[in-house]
Amino acid sequence: MSHDHEHEHHHHHDDDDVQEHRDHGAPLTEVELRVRALESLLVDKGLVDPAALDALIDTYETKVGPRNGARIVARAWVDGAFKRRLLEDGTASVAEHGFVGRQSEKLVVVENTPQTHNMVVCTLCSCYPWAVLGLPPVWYKSAPYRSRAVIDPRGVLSELGVEVPAATEVRVWDSTAEIRYMVLPERPAGTERMSEEQLAELVTRDAMIGVATVPQPAGGSR
Amino acid sequence: MNGAHDLGGMHGFGPVDIEPDEPVFHHEWERRAFALTLATGFLGKWNIDQGRFAREQMPPAEYLATTYYEHWLFGLQKLLNDLRLVSAGEQAAREKDPAAPAAPVTGFRVLAARDVDNALRTSRTSKADEDVAPRYKVGDRVITRNINPLGHTRLPRYARSKRGVVTLDHGVWVFPDTAGNGLGRTPQHCYSVRFEARELWGDAATSRDAIYIDLWDDHLEPA
Repeated sequence: MSHDHEHEHHHHHDDDDVQEHRDHGAPLTEVELRVRALESLLVDKGLVDPAALDALIDTYETKVGPRNGARIVARAWVDGAFKRRLLEDGTASVAEHGFVGRQSEKLVVVENTPQTHNMVVCTLCSCYPWAVLGLPPVWYKSAPYRSRAVIDPRGVLSELGVEVPAATEVRVWDSTAEIRYMVLPERPAGTERMSEEQLAELVTRDAMIGVATVPQPAGGSR
Repeated sequence: MNGAHDLGGMHGFGPVDIEPDEPVFHHEWERRAFALTLATGFLGKWNIDQGRFAREQMPPAEYLATTYYEHWLFGLQKLLNDLRLVSAGEQAAREKDPAAPAAPVTGFRVLAARDVDNALRTSRTSKADEDVAPRYKVGDRVITRNINPLGHTRLPRYARSKRGVVTLDHGVWVFPDTAGNGLGRTPQHCYSVRFEARELWGDAATSRDAIYIDLWDDHLEPA
């Protein structure tokens, strides 16, 4: 099965999975059956409210995501005073933007510079700053990343297209507590005349985890 | 516990495969497993550390062969079964027959849809209000304890008996190594401790690089 096919499947046929089962009578997979049975038991026992489940899913699927973090990064790039506050007290600074809540009781923002490259991992599970980045992607939770980020960070970065100069220090933050880490990536050259909103568009999730740099905009405003 | 979840420093898992334009969920059942886990967490019958420990108890071969939300599902079913909220027998019967009975439970305050926003915004799991004196200050040299508990711990295997330097004091937090085992909150200071890459991995590591790990007073001894 090609990787591209997998993507296609995930993107466009996700909800259709369930519909297809209904239409064609295909049996539920084992895990689908488990989840369906568990949900119906919890609802019957009055331990969960189905509407609350929908609200939780909607929150993390449509409201909270890496655009939150991108707005923080863009603000820090254009506002030196905000950047100083952000690096000093990330929790309070992102709360100014209303980004608070689960998996973000304390947020520490670490700055990438020509001298220091920071990247974030959770080797023991999947700790991730939900309030600013949303739910973590599959690769962040996967065995390859969790095993290698701490023993071979430069190898991982290189595979992902980030060549860290030998003179630059790599710092890996293993999120073993309830403190959450976000990387403030370097502002790319050629963006001096861009607005805060335009800058926010450039910032990627992976740059805020520290496994990518923010690319110079194509045909930038130099 | 020295489980399959404690992955830091292992070899052989292959390249990191980033999926472009990845959706938040890949299947409908993942959405439901995610929401069921969050919603039942608000019942207040277990803490976040017990939630993690339940997932860690998935048999290692199974843990490595299954996906992330399957780990969550395992942990949730284990907690519900252990607490006699949903028994394994009830679950098996309901999978076979959608009309199989559900034994009633009473006395729970259930998360309502209208409370979701507020619950998520104000949710605090682990920050402690107690005024506890720190045992270390920024700049102190420390050595991690050599512990191999059967229960839950947040001191990864790759960082035991290692020398580091305290770089940030995060304040007072619940201690997962007791809370996760049902042994109380034991509030104490948590620090970011810097370990040189060579201290952890030997001379083949780059001399300039470092790993920062959040650890609690009870993980550390003065060095």
